[in-house]
Amino acid sequence: MTTANTSPPQKQSRRIIHPLLVRATHWLNAFAIVCMVMSGWEIYNASPLFAFTFPKWATLGGWLGGAIAWHLAAMWLLLVNGLIYLAYGFLGGHFRRHFLPLRVADLLRDLKDALRFKLTHQAGIYNAVQRLMYMAVLLLGVLVVASGLSIWKPVQLDSLVDLFGGYDVARRVHFIAMAGIVGFVAIHLALVLIVPSTLLPMVTGREPKHGLKQHGSNQEQQA
Amino acid sequence: MNDKKQNLPRNAELQPELVQLQRRLFLRSGLSLGALSMLSGCNMQDGDTVDKVLWAMSRWNDRVQAMLFRPSHLAPTYPASMITKPFPFNAFYDADSAPEIDGDSYQLEVSGLVRDKRSWNLAQLRALPQVSQITRHICIEGWSAIGQWGGVPFRTFLAHIGADTTARYVGFKCADRYYSSIDMATALHPQTMLALDFGQSPLPTEYGYPLKLRVPTKLGFKNPKHIAAIFVTNENPGGYWEDQGYNWFSGS
Repeated sequence: MTTANTSPPQKQSRRIIHPLLVRATHWLNAFAIVCMVMSGWEIYNASPLFAFTFPKWATLGGWLGGAIAWHLAAMWLLLVNGLIYLAYGFLGGHFRRHFLPLRVADLLRDLKDALRFKLTHQAGIYNAVQRLMYMAVLLLGVLVVASGLSIWKPVQLDSLVDLFGGYDVARRVHFIAMAGIVGFVAIHLALVLIVPSTLLPMVTGREPKHGLKQHGSNQEQQA
Repeated sequence: MNDKKQNLPRNAELQPELVQLQRRLFLRSGLSLGALSMLSGCNMQDGDTVDKVLWAMSRWNDRVQAMLFRPSHLAPTYPASMITKPFPFNAFYDADSAPEIDGDSYQLEVSGLVRDKRSWNLAQLRALPQVSQITRHICIEGWSAIGQWGGVPFRTFLAHIGADTTARYVGFKCADRYYSSIDMATALHPQTMLALDFGQSPLPTEYGYPLKLRVPTKLGFKNPKHIAAIFVTNENPGGYWEDQGYNWFSGS
């Protein structure tokens, strides 16, 4: 309402904090993961590993055949998109610039702040907790793909299955990796709700109008 | 530092905005969940655009799996101590409904791209070279079980009927109205077998008496039971589950 004077429009000068490639792969990955998890839950329901099944509304595909069709179609999106992201991360220096260094002292400090809801967020810089979570979810992604390939091709990729310690173990690893990824997504979405100004930059790439340190104060602008 | 702290809004000030935003985000996630539940109607059986994409991807996966398939790479075998007991029954009907077949009058029909279309009785099949193997049966549902099957290597049988092994498919018609088909490369795989025995004795009714195809390099539903007819063809014969949306190749 009254922000026009205190913060002049800076559309031209606001810098890009998320490169296009990161944004594109992020949203394609989000779609692929939702498809993989929901269809995976339907597949799980056909022969549950544990004493529970997933509710029908949370599944994709309608029946086992439909779910597998979704799962084995979306896996290509997950794989190709993931490889592009990893190539950019390693070769383009994205991981080196944004994920490193990860120091234990920083991690403990940021974790303490985060648990007290005092962790400040700087546009374009990942704090130590974020760094750890992004690295962890990338490793979980590698694990979920490797265990998934083992279940899909237990004969042709039998050495990969042996690495897991057998078909049944690979199935459980696949489930646990999925659970870890779903846990990450839950925290990730909760953090977006707590710091909503991080959402738009993931679409436009540009840092928020006020800078993110004062993420609460753009209240007036939202009105 | 103090300045910044003063600028930071208190929780109470943030609250209304957060609630608003939460509502907006929930609405948005509600919408996208709604969109996904519309998509989840796409189940390989509606014929809409998404279904067509899923079917096309399934055909793509057939080709990728055919490329990944190594003709002489063997499926793992296991010691007798690891055999799953009791072995699970699985079919599109209850175990009680499995067809009762009279072994004395049983005839296996052979047709299609073969030199010799004469039928086979059980004694003739037993007279062919027999092998036995203990392999893992992996169901598309996710469970697996280790079993022992004995019978005629399928490539031996194909040689005896003079099958055109340059043809693309071998199809199977079963006494329980089940049907399925496999690629020629898999048909010629050394472990692919026309099974007559389960363990040390003839196949029990529920496991496919009198004849079952045992393919340890494919999922369980590609192992048809109660086989009544075998044919060699260049037209993909599909299958009971395959025509409803299970991936056709379904290789392990």
